[in-house]
Amino acid sequence: MQIYLPIADLPLNVFLLFGMGLAVGFISGMFGIGGGFLMTPLLIFIGVPPAVSVASVASHIAASSFSGAIAYWRKRALDVALALMLLGGGILGTAAGVWLFTKLRALGQLDLMIGLSYVTLLSAVGGLMVYEGAGAILRTRRGLSPVQRRPGSHVWFHGLPLKMRFKRSKIYVSAIPVWSIGFLIGFIGAIMGIGGGFLLVPMLIYLLRVPTATVIGTSMVLTLVTMASATVMHAATNHQVDAVLAFILMVGGVIGAQFGARTGQKMRGERLRLLLGVLVLAVGLRFAYALVIEPDNLYSIRLLEGGL
Amino acid sequence: MNRHAAALALSSICWFGAGLWLSLGADTAQAEKIVVSLSNHHVAINSNFSGEDLVLFGAVQPDTGAQLRDSYDVVVTATGPRQSYYTRRKARVLGIWVNVNSREFVGVPSYLTVLSNRHLTRIASPDDLRRLQIGLDNYLLPQRIGPDIADTVRDDPFRVAFVSIQGEDGLYTEDPVATTFITPNVFRVGVPIPSQIPTGAYDLDIKLFSGGSLLAQTKTTLDITKAGFEQYIANAARDHGLLYGLTTALLALLTGWIASVVFRRD
Repeated sequence: MQIYLPIADLPLNVFLLFGMGLAVGFISGMFGIGGGFLMTPLLIFIGVPPAVSVASVASHIAASSFSGAIAYWRKRALDVALALMLLGGGILGTAAGVWLFTKLRALGQLDLMIGLSYVTLLSAVGGLMVYEGAGAILRTRRGLSPVQRRPGSHVWFHGLPLKMRFKRSKIYVSAIPVWSIGFLIGFIGAIMGIGGGFLLVPMLIYLLRVPTATVIGTSMVLTLVTMASATVMHAATNHQVDAVLAFILMVGGVIGAQFGARTGQKMRGERLRLLLGVLVLAVGLRFAYALVIEPDNLYSIRLLEGGL
Repeated sequence: MNRHAAALALSSICWFGAGLWLSLGADTAQAEKIVVSLSNHHVAINSNFSGEDLVLFGAVQPDTGAQLRDSYDVVVTATGPRQSYYTRRKARVLGIWVNVNSREFVGVPSYLTVLSNRHLTRIASPDDLRRLQIGLDNYLLPQRIGPDIADTVRDDPFRVAFVSIQGEDGLYTEDPVATTFITPNVFRVGVPIPSQIPTGAYDLDIKLFSGGSLLAQTKTTLDITKAGFEQYIANAARDHGLLYGLTTALLALLTGWIASVVFRRD
């Protein structure tokens, strides 16, 4: 069944879009990530203009992360205090990212910049996660503790002032690294047009030592707020949000996220991390492949806004 | 930039006018005119739009006292609203493929379809086709080249790439069998409207040939607009961006909340 999308200006199959929403929503609920790094390239692949894809995906992510956040909230697997602190840095980072985005676009070659940062970031983060996740699973097999909790190990930022106690996550850290992580996620998210959940989750786990259980719910709150505000900003500035496309993706996304959240809770932390690592690495390698392999058509055309 | 475009447009009009006068001048003794009727002058894009075909009917009428010729040829050129496009070319730099150069096509039709009853080269001489801008190869597609705006030779790689990419979406097409003569002087043309058609005002230019010379021509128009719900959404997104964005964000939250209520197990 085809439906004409009023902003994207093309007809697409409703069930295809619904299925994509469902699949990405499942992954999103399972790992506590927005899934923008999967959905945006998928939409562009089926012919939706890139600007419309980025803008509409934001609202899809907002919907699935909201339903996921509620599910985690009920299971008390969500640290509100930590989420609020991250958001503070996140808003500043988003503003800085939008500013740099505008500067880069004025210089040209922004597309290449985005492509390269996808490759570098996804491959590096994915590679690290696979390495760590596989190591943890191997240690469990040998009968050791899966998480290397070194009681005496103090990273340098544990000595920073403004220490805060986050009860739900059972951590006691300075507010400075928390704000810095929020800032970095907001900044990278605004430049690359993604929620940044796949970066936030490993950062919270490895840097702040937040337990995997509360990480996902907390990450979803941050994703929810940044993506909801991104929807409003995209709609108000470049008028590229396709509500019909977004709604179909959302309905699939929220249903998928519910099942994903349950599957994620049943799985062991290190296995979950390994899986997410493999996924992130695969997308990163796909982007690298696209940059290295000779394209089918060397030429591409793009409509200039405003015409003559 | 506008001055260049205007000068270009003016010069093409002059050429066109001269060509018309020359061809018509040769045949003043026996003249025909064509009358056409389009099946629908307004295409409404609604939620189940996936492209359609319009039909143009036409008849050749000889002037009083004149007789019909043995055979006629008809070429219909349909053009959509004019837009500008970047065409970029990739090349390998340090192992990766990046856009290295680009050309800007200035004010070219977003839709260009040439429909005829047989191959264009059999209808008129290459010079006439070029002069009358008939066919994808001969239609003026001005590019910005340095400080100038001009069309290039037809096998310019950027021009070839532009026409072929537009063709993949069915926006630039040439069909030498789309026109059929039902009787010796009544013809029927199928005008394809692809699903990715831009909205706006369309022109259909109908030219009548016989024995290689242009006898008559006429024009008709077509409007393509979004209708109903599609129009409502498109207008809201354009005119009330902030409100539209807030509504979409609220819709997202509502959808997420409903799902969590529906799927609640405890």
